[in-house]
Amino acid sequence: MAALAQEILFWALAVMMGIAAIGVVTSRNVVHAALYLVGTLMGAAALYILLLAEFVAWVQVLVYVGAIVVLMLFGLMLTRAPIGRANFDNDQRLMSALTALAVFGVTSYIMVRAFEGQTIDLTRETGTLTSSIGEVIFSTYVLPFEVVSVLLLAALVGAVVIARRD
Amino acid sequence: MARSYFSQYLTIGLFLVVSVGLVMGTLQLARLLRPNVPSYEKYTTYESGIDPIGQGWAQTNVRYYIFALLFVVFDVEAVFLFPWAIVFERLGTQALIEMVIFIAILALALLYAVKKKVLDWL
Repeated sequence: MAALAQEILFWALAVMMGIAAIGVVTSRNVVHAALYLVGTLMGAAALYILLLAEFVAWVQVLVYVGAIVVLMLFGLMLTRAPIGRANFDNDQRLMSALTALAVFGVTSYIMVRAFEGQTIDLTRETGTLTSSIGEVIFSTYVLPFEVVSVLLLAALVGAVVIARRD
Repeated sequence: MARSYFSQYLTIGLFLVVSVGLVMGTLQLARLLRPNVPSYEKYTTYESGIDPIGQGWAQTNVRYYIFALLFVVFDVEAVFLFPWAIVFERLGTQALIEMVIFIAILALALLYAVKKKVLDWL
């Protein structure tokens, strides 16, 4: 019963994500494309929740929906050219379709090969708990964690250097 | 855990459906009830009663990108605060020192931005 409900939810989310993803590439307005992207990313977050990966889901919402889309919208506001309505079509349609298909094929092949036959027990007692993630980060992977802050520092310093005018 | 986990998210999902449905529903209901008399004036952007000049889309100053990036950086920091807050009680001083180092390095970034005067509003 529960498994069936999860299956139905998965397909509902998958269809929603698919529609939103098509909206991203067919939208004539770049800002609308960014908003469609929010739909796709929220769908991915809901999928993570469905797979018991609660922390990843909320990171997805906070960082991707919250921050990356904001960065995208800022990027649109900063560039002069195609804001508002514009025609983004060009004569590369066939090539881009082939590339997208190839990427899709390769990633699905790798995914199927890597996880074939494995199942996630959705009724088990413990999902990926935020506390176990915290424990691993703050006791085993302390150095990578601190390196993250250095990476963020470097990103910000780089942006300041680029954005300054003198 | 599994059962309550899904039922809790089911509650959130129900809230989401109801809140989105309420907004959409009332808007559609209003569309059915209201008279539809479009005119040019109604479609112009309201700018304090003055006729709008130029397009709604304009290029913004690149300096505002810093604010967006600062937001992203501290957003990522906030993400790490959640698992930290959960394990803090167990790991104690060790976790505190780790997080202080992390935040101190990020504070350096903020300090750099302030020193370079990129945070001054135009």
